[in-house]
Amino acid sequence: MKDTRFARFVIFVNCTVPLVLLLHDTYYHRLGANPSEFAIRTTGTLALLFLIISLAVTPLRKALGQPWMVKFRRMLGLFGFFYAALHLLIYTLLDRSASLRAVIEDVTKRPFITVGMASFLMLVPLAITSTQKMIKRLGGKRWNRLHRLVYVAAAGGALHYYMLVKADTREPLLFAAALAIFLLYRVANKYLPKYTERKPARAQPRRVQNV
Amino acid sequence: MLIKKSEAIKASEITDKDVYLSRRLFLRGAALAATTLGTGWLYRHFATPSQESAAGEKIADVQTASGATVPAINDAKTSYQDITHYNNFYEFSTDKEAVASRAKNFITRPWTVEVSGMVHKPKTFDLDELIKIAPLEERVYRHRCVEAWSMIIPWVGFPLAKLLNEVQPTSQAKYVAFQTLADPNQMPNVRKGGVLDWPYVEGLRLDEALHPLTLLATGLYGETLPPQNGAPLRLVVPWKYGFKGIKSIVKIRLLENEPPTTWNLDNPREYGFYSNVNPSVDHPRWSQKTEQRIGEFGRRDTLMFNGYSEQVAGLYSDLDLRKYF
Repeated sequence: MKDTRFARFVIFVNCTVPLVLLLHDTYYHRLGANPSEFAIRTTGTLALLFLIISLAVTPLRKALGQPWMVKFRRMLGLFGFFYAALHLLIYTLLDRSASLRAVIEDVTKRPFITVGMASFLMLVPLAITSTQKMIKRLGGKRWNRLHRLVYVAAAGGALHYYMLVKADTREPLLFAAALAIFLLYRVANKYLPKYTERKPARAQPRRVQNV
Repeated sequence: MLIKKSEAIKASEITDKDVYLSRRLFLRGAALAATTLGTGWLYRHFATPSQESAAGEKIADVQTASGATVPAINDAKTSYQDITHYNNFYEFSTDKEAVASRAKNFITRPWTVEVSGMVHKPKTFDLDELIKIAPLEERVYRHRCVEAWSMIIPWVGFPLAKLLNEVQPTSQAKYVAFQTLADPNQMPNVRKGGVLDWPYVEGLRLDEALHPLTLLATGLYGETLPPQNGAPLRLVVPWKYGFKGIKSIVKIRLLENEPPTTWNLDNPREYGFYSNVNPSVDHPRWSQKTEQRIGEFGRRDTLMFNGYSEQVAGLYSDLDLRKYF
């Protein structure tokens, strides 16, 4: 397999760029008129974006026949989880004035928050079992089955966003469409790999004529 | 054993190991720098509030509103920058921070306002004539958006009642309907269609429209309204959610029946005709108990009728505010 250490480093640095700029803008009071709302909205969008990018990895590596790309998936997914956690934290501290009671009231009374919270909670076991050790412990098959939950969590995130907007549903629908494409690819790939997958050149077994 | 002499590559042509490694390092550094800059640019493009400043023209002869009709507010006024860069004006953009730049070149002269319907003297006013109907006063009002944020805004304008007196509503008139300009050439979301049904329409009961607090605003902070705040003429009803304060008005009609209103048409379960600020009636999707005052850290409790109970509660004494939200 290709040495992906440097590529992973580049991706890591890029994933932190939004965080660094968000912190920079916070420090210099450049978050606009409603900073808490801005930070909540931005981290929420980033969470959804990184989850969807992480789900693009498998279709992309299969379609291109580049198996080494799988090494980026975990990091991208974990950044999605990180921004989702930040989103929840800022909402709890600033929007709900750190009142757990107010958060619980929101979760029970407001469907879009119920959906958002459920999606976040689904990501927690995925983040915990993301290590190499846990994959071994669970066994590849079970681990794979568990981690299919990420599709549900990402769809929940898009739904959460869709339910929140007042009238302009274009952006949440865009996220949902991207998600649907990657999911459809997985389904198609399962049944018709002939058409959706390019075999990596090096992985092809050499036919040895041995008489 | 035969050793074949290679003629393809001379030893002198082989890249030195140090050079090879430093070129690799350079390429890697360039890749890192380029992608980081690219990501930074994308973030800045999609997620950076506008820092652009806005300015109107100074309005001459602005009087101070009499304390008898306009209750004093002790809270600090929201900054001009925040008032002019956090706007809901969906014809231009659904991104509150983008409205200022999208609406920058909005043309507000010449401008006419047609006042018609159940009136004795229907008339189409030229704006410059309309603003001379009554002396302009500065009025500092609370502004509470249905999205649970609020501001303190020093408007400049005159009571809507003064305009209605000019056209003399008939005895059948019970409601007032308002309409915003819908110009596809100037308003991107009107051109593309969708988001909401255009033109934006709003309405008030006649007694609400005649209430002394109901204002036709032409300016803020002593200057003419910038486009994003509803230039050249907008409605301000301080005890109702902000979306009732229709912007860039071109038509006013007096009617016998309750007129349709844009947000109610879009989602009748969430937005009622009255839309009075009421902390005890939640929006179906969020609480209305508290609000984020722009410019403050932490949240405030929302006041009944946005703090104007004393002045307006009488209008609704026989109305079930849970049903008529």
